Amino acid sequence: MSSNSLHATPGWLALLPAAVLAVLFLVPFGIMVGVSFAHRAPGGFFEPGFDLTSYARVFTPFVGRVIVTSVTLSAAAATICVALAFPFVVFLTQLGRAAQTVILVFLLAVLSLSEVIIGFSISTLLSQTAGIGNLLVWLGVIDAPQAYTPSLFALLVGLCYLGFPYTVLVLYPPVARIDPELPEAARVMGASPVRIFFTVLLPMLRKPLIGALILVFVFTLGAFLLPQVLGRPVHWTLSVHITDQAIFQSNMPFAAAMAVILLLVSLAMIGVTLLLGGRERGAR
Amino acid sequence: MIISRNRGIKRRRFLSGTAATGLGVLAAPAILRAGTQELTVATYGGFFQDSFDEHIFPDFVEQTGIDVNSVSAPTGEAWLTQLRQAARAGEAPADVSMMAQAPRLRGEQEELWAQLDRSAVPNADNLPDHFVHGYDEDRFYGAGAVSWYITLVTNTEVYPDAPTSWNALWDPENEDRLGLLALASNSFLLEITAKTHFGGDDDILESEEGILEVMETLAELRDNVRLWYRDEGQFQQALESGEIPMGQYYHDVTGLAAADGQPVRSTFPDEGAVLDSGSWVVTRASERLDEAQVFIDYMSQPEIQAKLARYVGTAPTVDRELTDLTNDEFAAVASDDEPILPRYELYVERDDWVSQQWSERVTGG
Repeated sequence: MSSNSLHATPGWLALLPAAVLAVLFLVPFGIMVGVSFAHRAPGGFFEPGFDLTSYARVFTPFVGRVIVTSVTLSAAAATICVALAFPFVVFLTQLGRAAQTVILVFLLAVLSLSEVIIGFSISTLLSQTAGIGNLLVWLGVIDAPQAYTPSLFALLVGLCYLGFPYTVLVLYPPVARIDPELPEAARVMGASPVRIFFTVLLPMLRKPLIGALILVFVFTLGAFLLPQVLGRPVHWTLSVHITDQAIFQSNMPFAAAMAVILLLVSLAMIGVTLLLGGRERGAR
Repeated sequence: MIISRNRGIKRRRFLSGTAATGLGVLAAPAILRAGTQELTVATYGGFFQDSFDEHIFPDFVEQTGIDVNSVSAPTGEAWLTQLRQAARAGEAPADVSMMAQAPRLRGEQEELWAQLDRSAVPNADNLPDHFVHGYDEDRFYGAGAVSWYITLVTNTEVYPDAPTSWNALWDPENEDRLGLLALASNSFLLEITAKTHFGGDDDILESEEGILEVMETLAELRDNVRLWYRDEGQFQQALESGEIPMGQYYHDVTGLAAADGQPVRSTFPDEGAVLDSGSWVVTRASERLDEAQVFIDYMSQPEIQAKLARYVGTAPTVDRELTDLTNDEFAAVASDDEPILPRYELYVERDDWVSQQWSERVTGG
């Protein structure tokens, strides 16, 4: 990345984060891979060894279906987040400085909410007894309040709530940096605002958009609480099953094997996204 | 984290109508100082720990001169994992722990529990055999701590009349209205189904074919389940608001919520309620076996079991006749009807198989 002329920052400084990364990420990851091959002692814990039983359990139709569920949910959440956040950010950058700051600070504040708070708040908001159904009854839209949770809808609302601030924060800098003369030139040449959005802004921001998609995808793939609180069992993701195995069944090898597979699947998805998104990069 | 076996979480109240025996409220700091000896005791956090700190430990410290350092433990399996890892490093995060039965049995298989001197725990004589734990006849390692019932609970506003049978769970009328525990090993729904639908006999759970048959019947109630909960607080709140007006839950906490004015009730069904329990065990890394023995002996006294029933709302582990509990006090925490006893060995011996079939056939799909 850095060219030779940029030596103001000494290179050895990079060793520090590298060391932290090695100790706090690679070592636990190595242990996890090791545990995934460990031998599960029935009724007990596990013994070190090379045992493929846990992986054999991962490659069953049931776990396969759970992986498909996880990937689909996260991909849907990522798509919705980006689809909502992109026009929002374009709108945001057109506002005054003060308004932008207030909105960004508000979004940053949302990040401080934990998955637990978000999950329980949304489940209350969509409940029959205290939720928006009552408001709709009051407005005369529906006859009797009903529950909108647990459901796919509730779960996606939760996942998008979780991912939206990150999407905005990823998209804000590149959108803010766009030379205002470019859309202006398009407008002078007679393009409608919608057309400018799709033919000027969208192609220019391909890379940040793909970045935001990947971020939300990976981020929501790890959500294990929202699917339990807001989803039905068919929406329980692999992360939910990993938690069950690790915490409630003490089956560390199986939990670790599922985690390794989840990691491989998400890496593969990221690879595919980058490949598809990067194809036209040369034509820039 | 949210997934904790916090029995009762926010409520720490006396059971209503307790005949206060002068053992009332004592200030209870986490570490109670009286003598030079100290024992670290782990109970489920939240309500359980608060109640022990307030009503049980101060008298113990006074009587024995052993200080109690009270710590909270997460769900049994997670605590077992921590104790096991710590024991490998020769450390004891707690000397004595209250353990649910399945993790206790797992610990037994690994010989994680320290062997204790049975003669130093004479009060264990008060306990029935199934609450006196040993590796074999001569190698004693633990004793029953408290029992609690899992019953059929309902919101009284949604259900003016109490249901009488576990069959209510299968009633098509109750579509999308139930909250059930999410795991085979903590819901004991297999035992409940066997008792309710297979002639009151749970022998069917002896074989894998039998278990699958029971799971098939259990899966028939799937459309009625709105929430498979892992966290107690999640269900309790929904039960109180009427959002999820029926389900299985803990008798003690439901009673406390009702005493607190919440529109909830706990019913002992005709087929019996599930009688679950926790036991005191000592990690083998502990160096305070003598103090631990004194503690377990103290806790096994009928008076203390009665006190637990009054202040913590648990069912006594000793025979009712040994305690001075009145009929009302006993009825508030337990029932004379034959309970459904969990088949813990099922979740130890066939653990992985049961959990896999459970996720595929009962909750999943």
